[in-house]
Amino acid sequence: MRTSFVWVVGLIIALVAPLAMANPWNMPRGVTDVSGEIFSLHMIIFWICVAIVVVVFGVMFYALFRFRRSKGAEAANFHENTTVEVLWTVIPMLILIAMAVPATATLKQMYDVSDAELDVMITGQQWRWRYEYLGEDVAFTSNLSTPRTQISGEEAKGENYLLEVDEPLVLPVNRKVRFLLTSDDVIHSWWVPDLAVKQDAIPGFVNENWVRINEPGIYRGQCAELCGIDHGFMPIVVEAMEEEAFDTWMEERKAAAEQEAMGVGREWEFAELMERGESVYGSICASCHQAEGQGAPPTFPALAGNQALLDEPERHISTVIDGVSGAAMPAFRNTLNAVEIAAVITYERNAWGNETGDSMQPSEIAERIADQGE
Amino acid sequence: MASHLLPKPTPQHSTATAGGMAEAGHARPRGLLRWLTTTNHKEIGTLYLLFSLTMFFIGGIFALVVRAELFQPGLQLVQPEFFNQMTTMHGLIMVFGAIMPAFVGLANWMVPLQIGAPDMALPRLNNFSFWLLPIGFTLLLSTLLMPGGGPNFGWTFYAPLSTIYAPPSTTFFILSIHIAGISSILGAINIIATILNLRAPGMRLMDMPLFVWTWLITAFLLIAVMPVLAGVVTMMLMDINFGTSFFNAAGGGDPVLFQHLFWFFGHPEVYIMILPAFGIVSAIIPTFARKRLFGYPSMVYATAAIALLSFLVWAHHMFLVGLPLVAEIFFMYTTMLIAVPTGVKIFNWIATLYRGSITFDPPMLFALAFVVQFTIGGFSGLMLAIAPADFQYHDTYFVVAHFHYVLVPGALFAILAGAYYWLPKWTGHYPNVKLSQWHFWLSVVGVNLTFFPMHFSGLAGMPRRIPDYALQFADFNMVSTLGSFMFGFSQLVFVLVVIKCVRGGEKAPAKAWEGAEDLEWSVPSPAPLHTFETPPTFKHQSH
Repeated sequence: MRTSFVWVVGLIIALVAPLAMANPWNMPRGVTDVSGEIFSLHMIIFWICVAIVVVVFGVMFYALFRFRRSKGAEAANFHENTTVEVLWTVIPMLILIAMAVPATATLKQMYDVSDAELDVMITGQQWRWRYEYLGEDVAFTSNLSTPRTQISGEEAKGENYLLEVDEPLVLPVNRKVRFLLTSDDVIHSWWVPDLAVKQDAIPGFVNENWVRINEPGIYRGQCAELCGIDHGFMPIVVEAMEEEAFDTWMEERKAAAEQEAMGVGREWEFAELMERGESVYGSICASCHQAEGQGAPPTFPALAGNQALLDEPERHISTVIDGVSGAAMPAFRNTLNAVEIAAVITYERNAWGNETGDSMQPSEIAERIADQGE
Repeated sequence: MASHLLPKPTPQHSTATAGGMAEAGHARPRGLLRWLTTTNHKEIGTLYLLFSLTMFFIGGIFALVVRAELFQPGLQLVQPEFFNQMTTMHGLIMVFGAIMPAFVGLANWMVPLQIGAPDMALPRLNNFSFWLLPIGFTLLLSTLLMPGGGPNFGWTFYAPLSTIYAPPSTTFFILSIHIAGISSILGAINIIATILNLRAPGMRLMDMPLFVWTWLITAFLLIAVMPVLAGVVTMMLMDINFGTSFFNAAGGGDPVLFQHLFWFFGHPEVYIMILPAFGIVSAIIPTFARKRLFGYPSMVYATAAIALLSFLVWAHHMFLVGLPLVAEIFFMYTTMLIAVPTGVKIFNWIATLYRGSITFDPPMLFALAFVVQFTIGGFSGLMLAIAPADFQYHDTYFVVAHFHYVLVPGALFAILAGAYYWLPKWTGHYPNVKLSQWHFWLSVVGVNLTFFPMHFSGLAGMPRRIPDYALQFADFNMVSTLGSFMFGFSQLVFVLVVIKCVRGGEKAPAKAWEGAEDLEWSVPSPAPLHTFETPPTFKHQSH
């Protein structure tokens, strides 16, 4: 018995010891005032639990050791004691009240979304995040940038494996930023541990949360609510910049957005549309319809050789713009601009053996969307 | 105790029916037909327990597929769509197919024996409740072979992932939940009818063993919430097949409504899976401490208090859906309150041990491990109740660690404790002590290696239900996977113990454990097919 016990303890140590060298064991303290408060709450309650464990299990193991029949213990006869029963009801109540007070204060602070200097709309989509700086005409989607070859093991995994994106959310430090969260399809949850922000993005709802970041840096997180096949592959990266750097970045993005808007008016070459379409397809459509347009039936139909798609260009266009109600296909009217929609439709009608020769101009798409808006 | 003499069963019923399959008057069918048509509470109890053990291994294999994929970062064994089906089916099978039927099986066997009743109050209904289960779960498992695969939306099946975005097999999943739900409701009605009507003359409610009390309260919980589950899956069925929009925002529906309904069922469900465990442990600890249970009335009141509170805490599963501040505060406070009656129970068990005369027989090992490990799960539950901190814990491996501590080293260990405790009554033989100890120690080490590191990976930022993870979580996951295989395979030792125990072993007398006092120990071991045909007279202790 004793030797097997030593063996078991040795095994546990042998397995757990390497973990001491692993990086994080605990919740991060984070880089906002709120995340610091949450960290303190977490540690307070943790140490309270440890104290109770020591006392309660201390008594239990003392009893197990001391009152063994093999050591000749005789059973006593008591089976009630009103005083201790009242005590061990009242004392836990008091401990709970002591914990509820700071928790309530922190919660109130977290719920105060007033006086924000910047509003960012965060929209969850299977399986990417879309960020829109409200009132600034700047919006983009943020996709996982870890190559599939790293996931399948054909290539060595990088330092930020699964926690890297093509375009991070850029935020200023020292400004109160309000997040408005919603979803285009299923429920997602936007979580960055260092910011202590985790909030569900729910279709049909707009949830609010806020952050004021104290230190510039890059903060990484992930979707926290099961949202389908690629739930594990929709990371979040926040790049917090000094205020001036952020303002410069914002000006550049606005200028780029204007440039893009001008592109709608001009005539696009077929090759140009195909090139743009391929990149849009890769970052937006391929997660469901797959890289070669082969789809994942029955939920996600194939596009390569899809007869309905080939025969009915009108339906193809309306499917991309308006989505399919009651099915997994979202409407891309607000997610993609006219150039991107025109390009991706052109691409889908001419890639992987779909040789229709059709090409779509951004101006036509813009007109259609404008007509619908009326 | 000499003061607690129970009437010895008269020779007629113990000898005339002991081991007999045919009783005077009519012949019973043999073979498969015997099990299909049996209305005997012991046989149906055995069926429930065997069914649950089978499901436990099936659900366990699914868990091992999940753990094997998570052994290292990267996708090695399965693709995400199958991974999601495995996590979902593991949860559904373990909750509805393993833990719940195991407790119903124990109730079938032990409630009539503990209250001195000849059988369950509604024996034919009992047969029907059981046989619904294999039908329902065969249907559920068959969805894995259907086009598009089985349920892949998590055992909580949040809409609209489980409606608009679900595989076509979801309609069959809904049907199987309905079947399992009907089985549970009928079983609960039967248990309530039995306990309220068939107690031995002289046994008052406050004389009942705690296993009976906790099951009475659990049965009321089941009747209260299973219809809510039935309602919510029916609404899903309508959304999927008949064009309604209960949970479809595009049609004016409300995805959050789904969660309110689900958790109004789901939180009491959590207690359905733990209250009978409290009852089992409350029988075993006094037996092997050779001392009466401390604070019997407060145990009963604490159980009732937990059951009532369970209806007022559901939204703590929804702290992140955007509830108003007042609701967050209300549900935070009510959830924290649950710690009080739960604490009372743990203190009572420890006070029972104090100044006892303790031995560490196999049932006691599992019961003591239950107390320690369940308490660990209780503490992480208290941490999760703190709403601001939950914004960090929610939907991470910290939560996975929490509820597995409550359900595996908690509820499952209590079930195993109960099995070791009552095996002598069921088979007439003691379980092999050496093998039982091996089973216990391998299980304790395996289960803690599996679930303890999950606290760390969760705090460090690993979301739950992901098939692949960032590199900083690799070490914790590797340990969890090793632990899970150790735990899974050591359950084969339990099967060996049971088989050996059925076939032979040290013979057990009627009162198999020296300190055991309840009525089941007054009938011979193994318990004959029919017991208490004439009710015993019950002499109550002064509770």
